Amino acid sequence: MIGIDIGFKWFIFVVTALLATGSSLMMVTRKNPIHSALWLIVTFFSIAIIYVLLNATFIAVAQVMVYAGAIMMLVLFVIMLIHLEWGKAQPAPKYSFPKLMGGLITVMFFLQVLAGIMAYTNIGKKDTYTPEMLASMGNTQAIGTLLYGKYVFAFEIASILLLVGIIGAVVLAKKIKD
Amino acid sequence: MEPIYIIIEMIVKNIVVVMVLMGLVAYTTLLERKLLGYMQVRLGPNRVGYFGILQPIADGIKSFFKEDIIPNEADKTLYVIAPGICLFTALSMFAVIPFGSTITLFGREIKMVVADIDAGLLYVLALATLGEYGVVLGGWASGNKYGVLGSLRAAAQMISYEVALGLAVIGVIILAGSLRLTDIIAAQQVGSWFILKYPFGFVFYLIAGLAEINRTPFDMPESESELACGFNIEYSSMKFATFMIAEYAHMFVVAAVATTLFLGGWSGPFLPGPIWFLIKVFAIIFFFIWERGTFPRLRYDHIMHFGWKVLLPLTLLNVVVTALLVALGVL
Repeated sequence: MIGIDIGFKWFIFVVTALLATGSSLMMVTRKNPIHSALWLIVTFFSIAIIYVLLNATFIAVAQVMVYAGAIMMLVLFVIMLIHLEWGKAQPAPKYSFPKLMGGLITVMFFLQVLAGIMAYTNIGKKDTYTPEMLASMGNTQAIGTLLYGKYVFAFEIASILLLVGIIGAVVLAKKIKD
Repeated sequence: MEPIYIIIEMIVKNIVVVMVLMGLVAYTTLLERKLLGYMQVRLGPNRVGYFGILQPIADGIKSFFKEDIIPNEADKTLYVIAPGICLFTALSMFAVIPFGSTITLFGREIKMVVADIDAGLLYVLALATLGEYGVVLGGWASGNKYGVLGSLRAAAQMISYEVALGLAVIGVIILAGSLRLTDIIAAQQVGSWFILKYPFGFVFYLIAGLAEINRTPFDMPESESELACGFNIEYSSMKFATFMIAEYAHMFVVAAVATTLFLGGWSGPFLPGPIWFLIKVFAIIFFFIWERGTFPRLRYDHIMHFGWKVLLPLTLLNVVVTALLVALGVL
């Protein structure tokens, strides 16, 4: 990715950023839940492109595989099972307590992110993993070295959390025998 | 290295790969019909041209001139996009598969792979998961009960067998120490082919791969006898043909990935790389056609039981054993 000059990168970034925000807006405004899910896939995909621009090929591919692929497939599957009579969504009241709370929390989160971006300053310090070094040693290897070296504890904790999730799902789905 | 040459090289490579792939896909349909014909003691297509050699072209022209029907109940946009998603992902998966070493043209070294990316193997798996959306959306957007049933089955089956597919290739990553497909081939050129070191992985990969491309023992999404063709029931004309092309292209990709991961890719004595690559790929495709002529369709619950209760534990065990053997220095 180093060979591509900065103007071209900027152009791609602007296009994908617009695509990501546009498709997430489309996602929350669609009536049909399947369409919402599909727009969410587009959002995930454009975020993956932004990862590629940041020299994080591995994370980009993992993003597509896990989020855009597996998780959204499950979401679609569930929507299709629940919502077989499509196009007949119940009319919801225009203003309700959950909607109001949800909107409020979303605005709060947005302000937080905005404050974070405003407070961010580039201190100019460069870490060990520069783009040149990533290109020479390979992105996957760099991530593997960090995950199983410096951050192995956090990695194992995350895997235990996931395991607990799976076991919980199995326990919930198990039929209780009388 | 001026960037203009890089761009020209990329475009030419893309066009060549897609064109060759499409040609091969067209003739794979003929090969399948011929071979199935001989297996069932009949001749197969033999009217269009000598030995039926023009049959794929006739099929293409015929489906092009058929009436294109979009049902009233259909979700029009998704109905039109779905075959495109299938074809797009199947073709883009081919981008990372190396089909030869380097050649020198006009004083430039050209790698015989469209994109030699670092996470190549993961890229293939990621696009394979995206390709399922074509099947799932195609069935759902038709607004047909059989279509929706086919889609649901497709989604469940593909999610289940994707896990086994991912686990089956992990042994290869352990052995090669890289996700880059060119590195995996290089590792096999130094040592022996991974099918010898990791034979069960190859078997599991083929089984999970068959489920992934919905071919005969696992062709649940389009089982004719129960679902009247399943997810593509409402499709006609070129859209139906696109689904078919995508299916065969996907089969080609599964065979090509199996070749790259387990059979040493394009490497081989005497003949040039691309020829060896095609020989190995067609050996696997022959196997796919052969088993289609041999096995009946499994029952749906059997498929799911097999996927989760047999294949998943076995592939997990296989990964653990391979990792142990590599750690002990046996492999």
